[in-house]
Amino acid sequence: MSAAYSFRLPTGGRIMRDQPLDFRFDGKSYQGLVGDTLASALLANGVTLIGRSFKYHRRRGIYSAGPEEPNALVQLHQGARTEPNTRATMVELVAGMQVDSQNRWPTLAFDWRSINQAFSRMMPSGFYYKTFMWPPKFWMFYESQIRKAAGLGLSPRLSDPDHYAIEFAHCDVLVAGGGPAGLSAALAAARSGVRVVLADERAEIGGSLLWERKDINGHSSSLWAEQAIAELASMRNVRLLPRSTVFGVYDHNLIAIAERVTDHLAEAAPGIPRQRLIQLRARRVVVATGSIERPLVFADNDKPGVMLASAVRTYANQYAVLPGRRVAVFTNNDDAYRSAIDAHSAGALEVTVIDTRASVDASLIARLMQAGINHHFDAWIGAVGGKSVESVDILRRDGTRIARIACDLLASSGGWSPTVHLYSQAGGKLRFDEKIAAFVPNTISAAITAVGAAYGEFSLAGALLQGHAAGAEAAKLSGGTVPVTIGAAPSCEPETIGRIEPVWQSPREVSRGKQFVDIQDDVTVDDIELAYRENFRSVEHLKRYTTLGMGTDQGKTSNVNGLAIMASLRGESIPVVGTTTYRAPYTPVALGLFAGTETGKHHTPVRRTALHAWHLENGGTMTTVGHWMRPKVFQGKGESFDAAWRRESLAVRNAVGLADVGTLGKIDIQGPDALEFLQRVYCNNFANLAVGRLRYGLMLREDGIVMDDGTVARLSEQHYLVTTTTVSAGKVMNHFEWLLQTAWPELKCHVVSVTEQFAQFALAGPNSRKVLAALLPHCDVSDNALPHLGLIETTINGQALWIYRMSFSGERAYEIAIGAGFGESLWMRLLECGEPLGITPYGIEAMGVLRIEKGHVAGGELDGRTTAADLGLGKLVRKSGGFVGAALGQRSFLLDAQRPTLVGLVPINPNEAIRCGSQLIGSDVTVPAGAVVPKQGFVSSATPSAFLGHAIALAFLENGALRHGQELIAASPISNESTRVRVVSPVFLDPDNSRLKG
Amino acid sequence: MQLFNCHFCGPRDQSEYTYLREAAAIPGLEAGTADWQQFVYERENPCGAHTEWWQHNHGCRQILQIVRDTRTHTVLDIRPARPTGTSS
Repeated sequence: MSAAYSFRLPTGGRIMRDQPLDFRFDGKSYQGLVGDTLASALLANGVTLIGRSFKYHRRRGIYSAGPEEPNALVQLHQGARTEPNTRATMVELVAGMQVDSQNRWPTLAFDWRSINQAFSRMMPSGFYYKTFMWPPKFWMFYESQIRKAAGLGLSPRLSDPDHYAIEFAHCDVLVAGGGPAGLSAALAAARSGVRVVLADERAEIGGSLLWERKDINGHSSSLWAEQAIAELASMRNVRLLPRSTVFGVYDHNLIAIAERVTDHLAEAAPGIPRQRLIQLRARRVVVATGSIERPLVFADNDKPGVMLASAVRTYANQYAVLPGRRVAVFTNNDDAYRSAIDAHSAGALEVTVIDTRASVDASLIARLMQAGINHHFDAWIGAVGGKSVESVDILRRDGTRIARIACDLLASSGGWSPTVHLYSQAGGKLRFDEKIAAFVPNTISAAITAVGAAYGEFSLAGALLQGHAAGAEAAKLSGGTVPVTIGAAPSCEPETIGRIEPVWQSPREVSRGKQFVDIQDDVTVDDIELAYRENFRSVEHLKRYTTLGMGTDQGKTSNVNGLAIMASLRGESIPVVGTTTYRAPYTPVALGLFAGTETGKHHTPVRRTALHAWHLENGGTMTTVGHWMRPKVFQGKGESFDAAWRRESLAVRNAVGLADVGTLGKIDIQGPDALEFLQRVYCNNFANLAVGRLRYGLMLREDGIVMDDGTVARLSEQHYLVTTTTVSAGKVMNHFEWLLQTAWPELKCHVVSVTEQFAQFALAGPNSRKVLAALLPHCDVSDNALPHLGLIETTINGQALWIYRMSFSGERAYEIAIGAGFGESLWMRLLECGEPLGITPYGIEAMGVLRIEKGHVAGGELDGRTTAADLGLGKLVRKSGGFVGAALGQRSFLLDAQRPTLVGLVPINPNEAIRCGSQLIGSDVTVPAGAVVPKQGFVSSATPSAFLGHAIALAFLENGALRHGQELIAASPISNESTRVRVVSPVFLDPDNSRLKG
Repeated sequence: MQLFNCHFCGPRDQSEYTYLREAAAIPGLEAGTADWQQFVYERENPCGAHTEWWQHNHGCRQILQIVRDTRTHTVLDIRPARPTGTSS
């Protein structure tokens, strides 16, 4: 074929002849028309070689005119917008479009790796598994070479410059597919007044109505389509979605639709998303997705110039392109005769029908005779001549030759397979219909129905009627309240859908070369036979061993042929062999669509305390704790991180410090049964907690392990406020709600999270009371009025203020709470009052050091594996039980005296550090080389202590409470460090609490 | 994405809910280790109707008892987990 010849027909088609578009393919300029797909434009220009095949690098052309395209995969656009493996049949031609072929080097016409074809005997299915297993060490090398050879197009190396949107939508009736059945269904449903969405994957809604030459109501089917779309477009209860692929059906009729918003525009308006993911909840779904033609399987059926029969008439009728001058039609059914007749009408020089059947209906023969179309029955295609199709040999089944004809376009049809993908995704079952030799939907569920060709109804009249009935029924079932005036179904000439004689592969006598089953993955009949011999006989094994149906087309044209060949090898029926599972997405979907606007840090909510701005302005080095932003330290100018936390921790020990503890979980509990509730969820006792007092609370999980700790303050007789750790606030709240709603619904008690309602600060250090006295001159904050674990509710400038006397650091300390909006002004006032007393803001680094010095447990110790006794808190636990975790906490292994319990560690050499996570091993243990050193415990928290002048650590040690004074080695195999340590009490500082109270 | 018809809020996407666990009789706090062992660790895991607790976290925060077919995700029954007539 010479590119000088235009394959564009002089008349017809749905293209705009006065609107030419320039585009480039592999660097060469071409011209197409508005209304063209990339495929139809290439064919109009006589471009038939589009790409190289996956494995053998064979020459490949355009095979179909629709979403099923296995061959014509191209690299669309360049730079950051480049998109690999794009189906040329589904790309609308855009002015200035740059397209490149894939999987070839150095050029498409001369491809170095096409040498693979010569070695194809050495590359059967599974050859990777068999070939590259030895020697084992070479796999890394093999893999890198295989990776270079694998794949088709190239992924973009730059981040996606486009943006995507996600829409949540609802409707009564979704119609998937806008062909005859879909339009008919949408009209019937819409006329009844319910909310209808009609989605179609093509640029123009209409499906086969746009390319089949049939009549409806006495006019061309395309005119009926235009009228139907105009009517639907005029209705307020209808949303038409062209360029929108219904790619997934999920639970409870959640429908995923990929709408291509700007892909067809040369330049999109700013702010418009490139594509939109519509998550549509539909009461009823009508699947009107049509059907996909199957090719016949014969030798060299993959050469450029071989095409599905329906594609030939689609290009001729819809795009006014006849991609060949001498057309052969190879078929086993009547439907392909339409292609022969349409190609003849479009002006083909010569048309020949080659039919595998011995005879066909006399009326068909009469139509061929009338048009002067050659025909051969009981005939098969043998050799296909040329790099692209130039000639075919027509043979009898036994191999005797009938004729060799010149031909540049070979149309093939093996029958049609209903597009059952969406129906099957929804859980619908299939049955094999012998009459049409295809799988069709079997069960009808109320929520999702298949109609028309998707239901195996291939006649136009049948599709229109089925669609009409299904649309009306779906509207009724989805609760349409408007009086139903659906009108009559459209009518057209009844057709006799002709016979099909299933043919799954060509006899070896006629077809000696490679018979491709899955053209995209280069899977041949030989490969399926090999899989059978090697016992990969179930369809799922067949698929994975040969890669049948595993390409980007997911075997839309190949799966049924492949499993039918396997069925014949197994000597079983096709339904017994069955299909592989249909999964979403129906066709490839851009990943950006799923991300939508959720890119970068967008995913994670950021929680900020009332003091956030102040922290940032005052040298706060921020970190995340859960979702909260918290300051680690406040670094002065030129101050190191280490110097900062040392300064802060010493200020708390020697003067006074102020810390933001607003992130602690706070739960307000009220009601006559509030105390009873607390007694049940905490393992320690609150029965004697007086109003105006607070107490440490320890909470267990059902299995007896410590869940969380915090404080419980009794604000009034029936009113408590409990705190949780920062990270467990949500977990504890859920735990409370679950217990109150399921286990103890009789308890009169409400729980409400008030974490974000309060700003809360820790004021800690020997000078803390003086700061408080300066802040609240009207209020008695003496030890008599506010003893340790006491609380005061007062006001400041008319705002309620709560002061809880408690200590995490081990110093005299208060936690002060105020409405969150007043947090920053109170904080500033405290700094002002404390300035003469050396007040120093401190972050969570110093906070951590201070609590380790005092031996308080935190995240490292509350690790979901420790009991109250392990933590040295066993005495708190009520012996009488009656709380969550009491029963399972009594299991023998949790009571074992040998369990690792909390101890303190100090280094023997005070200059040495202890690493968190170190394993504790005996200092005098000798083990044979290679043997495992017995582990006795591990370090859960460790820090240098500025106040004590040496490292300290909290650890869990077997039988630890009785081993104070012993020497051990804290070894960290990860950092290859080990430190000789001495076991001490976990309370490194002030064991008699004189600082706390003094 | 499943759709659960919350007793209090109406039909809402699954993403608003959190699965808690299989619904089962919760032992009293005085019950022994064997009963709690059964409740905490043993699951029926049926193929078919499964009674389970979900919390409407991003809605009313109420816990719902849902009977769901584990094969098809069909919701057979949905009601508040708390017995009717109780409050809080």
